[in-house]
Amino acid sequence: MVRPTILGPALTVLLLAGPVAFGLAGTVLPAFGIAPGFGGGGFSLHYFRELFAQPALFCSITLSLSSGLACAVLSLLIVMLFTAAFAGTATFRRMQHLLGPLLSLPHAAAALAIAFLIAPSGMIMRLISPELTGWQRPPDLLIVHDRLAFSMIGALVAKEVPFLLLMTLAALPQAPVERVRQLTGALGYGRIAGFIHGAWPGIYRQIRLPVFAVIAFASSNVEVALILGPTQPPTLAARLVTWMGDPDLSQRHLASAGALLQLLVTGLALCIWIGMEHLLAALRNKAACAGLRMRRDGPLQVFSLAAMVISAGAIFAGLGALAFWSFAGLWQFPDFLPSGFTLRNWMKALPRVVEPLGTTLLVGVVSALIAALLTVLCLVHEDRTGKRAGRGAEALIYLPLIVPQVTFIFGLQFLLVASGWLATLPALLFAHLVFVMPYAYLCLKDPWRSFDRRYEQVAAGLGKSPMTTLFRIRLPMMLRPLLVLFAIGFSVSVGLYLPTVLIGAGRLTTITSEAVALASGGNRRIIGVYAFFQMLLPVAGFAIATLVPALIFRRFRGMQV
Amino acid sequence: MTLALVLNQPRNIPEVFVLKKLTIALSLSFVGSLAHADSPDIANWESVVEEARGQTVYFNAWGGAENINAYLEWVGEELRDCCEIELAHVKLDDTANAVAKVVAERAAGRDQGGSVDLIWINGENFASMKERGLLLEKGWAEKLPNWLFVDIANKPTVLTDFTIPVEGQAAPWGMAKLVFFYDSARLEEVSLPSSADELLDWAEANPGRFSYPSPPDFIGSSFLKQVLIETVGDPTVLQQPADEADFDTASAPLFDYLDRLHKVAWREGRAFPQNYPAMKQLLADGELEIIFAFNPSEASNAIANFELPDTVRSFTFEEGTLGNTHFVAIPYNASAKAGALVTANFLMSPEAQLRKQDPEVWGDPTVLGMDKLPETLQADFAALDLGIATLAPEELGPVLEEPHPSWMERVEEAWKRRYTVGN
Repeated sequence: MVRPTILGPALTVLLLAGPVAFGLAGTVLPAFGIAPGFGGGGFSLHYFRELFAQPALFCSITLSLSSGLACAVLSLLIVMLFTAAFAGTATFRRMQHLLGPLLSLPHAAAALAIAFLIAPSGMIMRLISPELTGWQRPPDLLIVHDRLAFSMIGALVAKEVPFLLLMTLAALPQAPVERVRQLTGALGYGRIAGFIHGAWPGIYRQIRLPVFAVIAFASSNVEVALILGPTQPPTLAARLVTWMGDPDLSQRHLASAGALLQLLVTGLALCIWIGMEHLLAALRNKAACAGLRMRRDGPLQVFSLAAMVISAGAIFAGLGALAFWSFAGLWQFPDFLPSGFTLRNWMKALPRVVEPLGTTLLVGVVSALIAALLTVLCLVHEDRTGKRAGRGAEALIYLPLIVPQVTFIFGLQFLLVASGWLATLPALLFAHLVFVMPYAYLCLKDPWRSFDRRYEQVAAGLGKSPMTTLFRIRLPMMLRPLLVLFAIGFSVSVGLYLPTVLIGAGRLTTITSEAVALASGGNRRIIGVYAFFQMLLPVAGFAIATLVPALIFRRFRGMQV
Repeated sequence: MTLALVLNQPRNIPEVFVLKKLTIALSLSFVGSLAHADSPDIANWESVVEEARGQTVYFNAWGGAENINAYLEWVGEELRDCCEIELAHVKLDDTANAVAKVVAERAAGRDQGGSVDLIWINGENFASMKERGLLLEKGWAEKLPNWLFVDIANKPTVLTDFTIPVEGQAAPWGMAKLVFFYDSARLEEVSLPSSADELLDWAEANPGRFSYPSPPDFIGSSFLKQVLIETVGDPTVLQQPADEADFDTASAPLFDYLDRLHKVAWREGRAFPQNYPAMKQLLADGELEIIFAFNPSEASNAIANFELPDTVRSFTFEEGTLGNTHFVAIPYNASAKAGALVTANFLMSPEAQLRKQDPEVWGDPTVLGMDKLPETLQADFAALDLGIATLAPEELGPVLEEPHPSWMERVEEAWKRRYTVGN
């Protein structure tokens, strides 16, 4: 018997796999010169030859590959050490509170914040100049846009650590951390070594896909690369977007060929990572068999805490500086504070913010709502059929997060041009939904499955239909996780850059796409205004998710947190 | 980033065009100006204004500067009040995208009801549209009522754009000139360079204090053209299209110059500012000491916005700096031709030009000749406070005319190959 709820999983599969599959097809065709409408001349390898003739292409590939892997190694290391050293402590719980705001902040805003902090004329230099350095002018140092992409990797790590930590948190309940700690402690292992030997393998198995997503994003992201990445040459993905935006239409073939190359590069990064997994696991086993106990791991513990605090602190400090800039009058180096404050920047920027703000809100709210609906349908279907989503389904959820965005968004854009839907709201919504959906599902699945089903049994015993039970019992009691899903979905949509730029085609703009566009001009005052909205929107989403249940449940003692 | 190839932009195409489309036989075989039966008769201006009523004009113009966008909003209000025209500013990040749209429409056989009514244009984009016959027929701009005021005598670039004769296929809108800025609080006026060579000497004496936006940014490309004009052996070759042998010989001194400059440039030439606004910020921070822009009033504008200290001043080179005119043009397949003509005429009007030259608004120099204006308007222009850091029109020095557009394409390509790191 086919249940109506089958719609949930069916639509979700379509939504996640469809765009990726069709998008890839739409990228492959122009790459090989087959493109009705672009004047492609039939199958040829011409564009690949042209691609490999581009100056310094190998350099761009190396940058993408190394920054992807470096970001994954660093962020995973920090998360692992921090969890090992602090899981179950008050410090750990305090850090959890910072997760929400850090996670929901768009990558672009974090990159801008860090740029404002570390640039030669940035806040850190202003703080120590001229007193400590003697500099009356910013030093001539290549800090932002540095050739080895250190600043870009730093910003990516600062943004990915909260994501991996959240995923680790979700996996922690299944890991017997406390008992492992007692046992390994009794055997004389240090906190960190005991955790890595005893609890980490089980946790890592569960966060493997998120780690893949981190590698994929870091090796193919565009907005952070544009704001902080090297410029001569830029990373592969940043160059692709430049080609894609070239008015000369033949460049799109080149961009599509490049997008397939990006797919290979990200694939290679993942292969290298899998190789590293084996290597490191073998090393760990060797260490365990050799009885390496690492009793004095105090410095490591301090390092992990410092890394956490610095990465979170840098983003918050940079955002604070940005907010200051938006009200700043003249503010010259090395002054730590502006010489005056003015509302002029806001007055100038606000009228222009209205339209992108409207688009951001509309697309964010609607895509989060649709994602919530589909997720609930999927989970209800799971309950009714008693079949949990298996490993394959789980991988499918991560598909849009692991296939580099450029590779299939290019193709989607191509298909939308052909169908005349480019730069329309429905198309933009659809593109956002592809990325909002995975997070929505990931965020609701655990709370949903841990719901006490005896409430439903009681309702059934009282003769209520499954529908009534769902709407009168289950959903109201799940209001809190549902609203968190909504807040996360909304913040994911707010932060999306590449899908917005390519599918909105410059005519539909959001706060994030405008902020990145403004970043190149370095007008810190106007960027400050946009970054403020980038901060405000997700925070507002989370505020609603916190306040609404508090209001609704104020007379229900059992529902108080 | 506006992306090109927007073939099916939803638009309300008036029914009359749709009907006409069925009856007009498409002939794309000849290239040149395509005269259409539905082109308004400019000689009868009243009828053009009448026809323009109620039309929406899609003005495709670069949207990267807030003050320009605000000025166009004012233009829109004026046109709404006087002529019931709705001006829609399609904000481009690259004018070439609008050209690409028209090219795509031509390819799709959309010779009526196109999505672009008016383009802000000059240089290679104008050359390419003119060459492909994508512009409204010749001479329309010179028939507009306000053409009378245009300073043909002293501003030769209103008639010749990057060596291409305009022939009335674009209406002049404003003037651009390469002007250098420095902070007089940090730098003595006596030490200012007065030619590209002196600038190089200055940069070598002050390492890390000069740079330019990397091409294809048009301000950066303009600087390269300035150096090209000053270093090329025979400047007349720049008036012809660049061909292979010519180019290598002619551009060799330019690249020698850049090789030397990069060694002493900001960040040792390992990175470049992305555009003019980024240079402005670097001047404010004291990272750069000399920057340049294509609009003489940029510095005064920035002072008013607290972006630069009020000690910033301007200078130009003795032998002249690059200058050109920017225009508005109407594609051959524009939907709202009458509306576009009225808009172009309004943009050339003394009232609109006066407001445009006000540094509080934009500060873009006028294309009009003061001697052609009535005395009251002359007085209004004279009364404009151009700002503390702006050179008066007579202080701007000689104009070096733009090379043929093909030179820029070649220079940008060669620049990219030469200065993108290999490994």
